[in-house]
Amino acid sequence: MSALVLRAGRRSFRVERRTLWLSAILLGTILALGFVGLCYGGATWASPGEVLAALTGAADSVVIVEWRLPRVVAAMVFGCALGAAGAIFQTLTRNPLGSPDVIGLDAGAYTGALFAFTVLAGTSGQLAVSSVLGGLLVAALIYLLSLSNGLSGLRLVVIGIAVNAMLQALNSWIVLRADLEVAMAAGAWNAGSLNGVDWADLVLPLPILAGLLATLLVWFRPIQQSTLGDAVAATTGVGLDRLRLMMVLIGVGCTATVTAVAGPIAFIALAAPQIGRRLARTPGVALLPAALTGAVLLLTADLLAQMLLSPESLPVGVVTTAIGGCYLIWLLTQEVRRR
Amino acid sequence: MTTRLRARELTLSYGERVVSTKLSLDVPDGAFTAIVGPNACGKSTLLRAFVRLLRPAAGTVSLDDQQIAAYGSKALARSVGFLPQDPLAPDDIKVRQLVARGRFPHQSLLSMWSQEDEEAVTEAMETAGVSELADRPVQELSGGQRQRAWVAMVLAQRTPYLLLDEPTSFLDITHQYRLLTLLARLRDEGRTVVAVLHDINQACRFADHLVAMKEGRIIAEGAAADIVDAALLKEVFDLPCVVVPDPVTETPMVVPTHFDDP
Repeated sequence: MSALVLRAGRRSFRVERRTLWLSAILLGTILALGFVGLCYGGATWASPGEVLAALTGAADSVVIVEWRLPRVVAAMVFGCALGAAGAIFQTLTRNPLGSPDVIGLDAGAYTGALFAFTVLAGTSGQLAVSSVLGGLLVAALIYLLSLSNGLSGLRLVVIGIAVNAMLQALNSWIVLRADLEVAMAAGAWNAGSLNGVDWADLVLPLPILAGLLATLLVWFRPIQQSTLGDAVAATTGVGLDRLRLMMVLIGVGCTATVTAVAGPIAFIALAAPQIGRRLARTPGVALLPAALTGAVLLLTADLLAQMLLSPESLPVGVVTTAIGGCYLIWLLTQEVRRR
Repeated sequence: MTTRLRARELTLSYGERVVSTKLSLDVPDGAFTAIVGPNACGKSTLLRAFVRLLRPAAGTVSLDDQQIAAYGSKALARSVGFLPQDPLAPDDIKVRQLVARGRFPHQSLLSMWSQEDEEAVTEAMETAGVSELADRPVQELSGGQRQRAWVAMVLAQRTPYLLLDEPTSFLDITHQYRLLTLLARLRDEGRTVVAVLHDINQACRFADHLVAMKEGRIIAEGAAADIVDAALLKEVFDLPCVVVPDPVTETPMVVPTHFDDP
């Protein structure tokens, strides 16, 4: 049996062995990449010894603890959130292209954030709320436009891509109309960036994302069951309406919370679930591998973003877009060939 | 004959298109009920109403005198199992994993895989004859094997009621008879089986209770020997035929003659 089962009285816990191993390896990779991220920054390297000393409190290092650590933690948690959100929406739409960044949820959340930035005072609370609202509005819009075909299918994806393009235009227009100072900040932010993320930026998002990911774990089994198709899922006891609502809320919540802090970071949500699923070789959704793969991808991309044009630090979104773009082209050709 | 699963005065529709009105059916307990009728006569729609995949516009479906609309999702799934016509298996799923999914209504976050789950899956695979295929990917199976794997999944659900929508389509004749024999055996073991069937002769041979539908209405129901004759076939299927005793089982056997208009 390829699954590990633990039983105690009436309680039992089950997990695929391969998923367990894979998760351990991915977790190790994440920690290693995170450590490298603490060593490197602003075109200078700190020795592992210095980093350890700073982490354990043996030595004071503002650079490592106050600058690099929040950035690394953000990359880890945001990567997990984006990977999980991608897995949720790809499962919901039954399409590897149906990920939040492709169908415009990132762009919608960003529109919400821009609104908070330009019209309201732009506090982090306002940013969080308005980006979630932006994401939800876009999700509702896409759903209504593709209603005749339900939530699944290429139709929803195509409509999502169109909505995404329109929102990008809207976002550019808002930026153009804004004050110069706001516009410059927003412009850098538009590419998706972890540059300058500090602890103050993370006070709200980290607990929110932790809560969303924990909720997702609770819902994992019905999500898994839903991959058997609507009829079998419903007649084996999945409340599909409630499940879908939960999935949309969690997926949009993850995407929008990340976007509110870092701007739209594309392609992590698109690629992570597919890579995670192939590594885990589990049927249906591989939620945990998708989330962990997302963290690995974002950490790697952020390191590259800092190193490529060092000492200039690129927005991480530029790197993910460059790598992910190639992947998207490949995926589109596959998808077209399948039909 | 006792009944616990009942449909009363159902109006069934997809949006504007009304399929059935005032449709009532008592499913006899512990029996094999077959629903037959021409294409698009509403037989699958009726089945979907019984498993709550379609909410009736009017009327009720009840189990043990309680409306199924009032059951919790998992509670209903522990009583009534359903196999749709073309179920969708996730990529890369193996037979044992698929069958294990049938245990979902018996599981919870704190009880993900009990001893009973294990036993039910093993037993279901044995009953459906897929034990040897346990570690094969479902996609690689032949049509007959795949259908038996799905039947095993529904069996693992361990429901007293088993509803199947055209379980024999896409199977060759041998596998059709094997599957129907399996369903009859499940009936003998005490389950209530309801299947939408295409082949009237198979329905006559295997079903205890035959329901003939046309244009959303039940034209006749009862034991095949009591209701199947040339007149019924003419009315339901518009098929000129003679009805003779099946040489093997003595149940009615329909033999088509010639159409008047060629």
